[in-house]
Amino acid sequence: MAPRRMVGKVGLYLGLGTLALFTAFPLLWLLGTALRTQGRVFGFPPPPPWPLGLDNFVAVWRTLPLPRFFLNTLLITGAGVGANLLLCAMAAYPLARMRFPGRNLVFFLLLATLMLPSHVGLIVNFVTLTRLRLIDTYAAVVLPSAVSVFGIFLLRQQYLSIPQELEDAARIDGASELGLWWRVMLPLIAPGLAALGIFEFVAFWNSFLWPLIVLKSPEKYPLAVGLLYLSGLFAHNTRLIAAGAVLMTLPIIAVFLFTQRYFMRGITLGAIR
Amino acid sequence: MSAVLPGARARPRLLGLSRRQWRTTLVAYLFLLPALLLLSVFTFYPVGFGTVLSLFAYNLRTLLGLEPARFVGLEHFRALRTDRFFWIALTNTLQYVLVVPVLQFASILLAVAVNRRLRGIAWFRAAYYVPVITSMVVVGLLWRWLYEQDGIINYVLLSLGVIARPISWLGNPDLALYSVMFVTLWKGLGYYMVIYLAGLQAISPEYEEAATLDGAGRWQIFRYVTLPLLRPSILVASTISTIAALKVFEEVYVMTGGGPVFRTFTMFFYIFDVGFQKFDFGYAAALAVILAAGIMLLSAANFAVFRRGGYEYY
Repeated sequence: MAPRRMVGKVGLYLGLGTLALFTAFPLLWLLGTALRTQGRVFGFPPPPPWPLGLDNFVAVWRTLPLPRFFLNTLLITGAGVGANLLLCAMAAYPLARMRFPGRNLVFFLLLATLMLPSHVGLIVNFVTLTRLRLIDTYAAVVLPSAVSVFGIFLLRQQYLSIPQELEDAARIDGASELGLWWRVMLPLIAPGLAALGIFEFVAFWNSFLWPLIVLKSPEKYPLAVGLLYLSGLFAHNTRLIAAGAVLMTLPIIAVFLFTQRYFMRGITLGAIR
Repeated sequence: MSAVLPGARARPRLLGLSRRQWRTTLVAYLFLLPALLLLSVFTFYPVGFGTVLSLFAYNLRTLLGLEPARFVGLEHFRALRTDRFFWIALTNTLQYVLVVPVLQFASILLAVAVNRRLRGIAWFRAAYYVPVITSMVVVGLLWRWLYEQDGIINYVLLSLGVIARPISWLGNPDLALYSVMFVTLWKGLGYYMVIYLAGLQAISPEYEEAATLDGAGRWQIFRYVTLPLLRPSILVASTISTIAALKVFEEVYVMTGGGPVFRTFTMFFYIFDVGFQKFDFGYAAALAVILAAGIMLLSAANFAVFRRGGYEYY
């Protein structure tokens, strides 16, 4: 390699590394704080992160209702992701592969929701859910976002790429309409389902504002709301709250690292096409 | 559709559809039904009813059925004119939109930097993306700590000699809004990077090769070849980003609670306050309608600026 290119490459890595430090450092600091078992968190110069230990994690798990918040989050996320996968896969199917009157109207209506600002729904959905007597239930958290228009578009794109011959062959073999969808089409859009699933997982796991509005009892809080609630109650104990924050973030980072490829594809499919 | 076969004409048709077409239609709508039902209740209906709601006096007592909703016409909108908090919130929100061009430009540069085959590049991209998937509550709490008077940011800046004494990043009325904006920048960078990365990879390398042959330098290629071809992505990303900036809430809620002295009190924060703390749903709906109008206006502006070459992507 020519020396000039070598220098350029080292410079590039240095630049990329500095930026990675900028984006990742705050989270590493959080991890450091969570692992620090004694002493101050703030101060000049910043106290070193040792002695290291898992005491904070044990403490926050044992003394605060974190297991409960975890369970709530799992429930809400599971229901939300499941509903989205099923309902979006159903809705996208005829839009991609059937010709029927009203298809363009439905398509236009869906497109309009992507352009209209969604926040108007906040007030009205609260009114609706109160009327339905669903306030302070998990259903109130999940229902308004149980189907995402983004997901319908993403999966429609996937259905469109399936060759017509496959569908025809299945029909000739005598597959029923439902059987065709479930046994032939769904397996073929698995990559899209994976991308949508990861997307919705992150969205529901991190959702904060809506649960904050519709849930009244702290024992129903998901992690995000619970964490903020606890940080108010335990303002003095930064290390404990940091441990809770790390516990909340680890599953997301794990899922992300294992599924990066689908994840990146999901964004680009949804945003560009 | 192919030409109608002579025999097909004899079959009975209802509203111009054959029996098979009716079956397809029925199946199609059965598949669509659950999604359309949920969207109708929680997405389509709220837009219409929200606008109606803004014309009514509608509070917690109305919601509980203790008193009927009272039609007030445009009274809420007239009240906005003398509502001090509305103007404060509006000013702050418009100021917040300033984060958009900075964020977009930084993301484009970042995407160009990571758009190459390089050992370990996937790890760098992942590092830039991690803030995107981190909960806003975690991010807010974290930055609140980093921004502390005796926190790490002040320490680094003091050590480098950039500042003479610790700064109260979130407590200083002149700085708080910008401090919050910086967190939005930090959290959004990776997201828009991926959008631009996809846009860059859709550009045929031939354009840049041709420009190189013509003797264009790196900056010239970026300015006159890459940026114009990236327009569709810029349109999408800046529209998303503008809407997000106009609706900023969670950053503010977790980090400053609207303070100090209302300097981070944004429109969405005000809507939340009026709607879910004071339970004045009618007035909150009016505020939401105003914000919606603003969002559509700025989105239209985005389209006007970046339209060329962008339409076909919608």
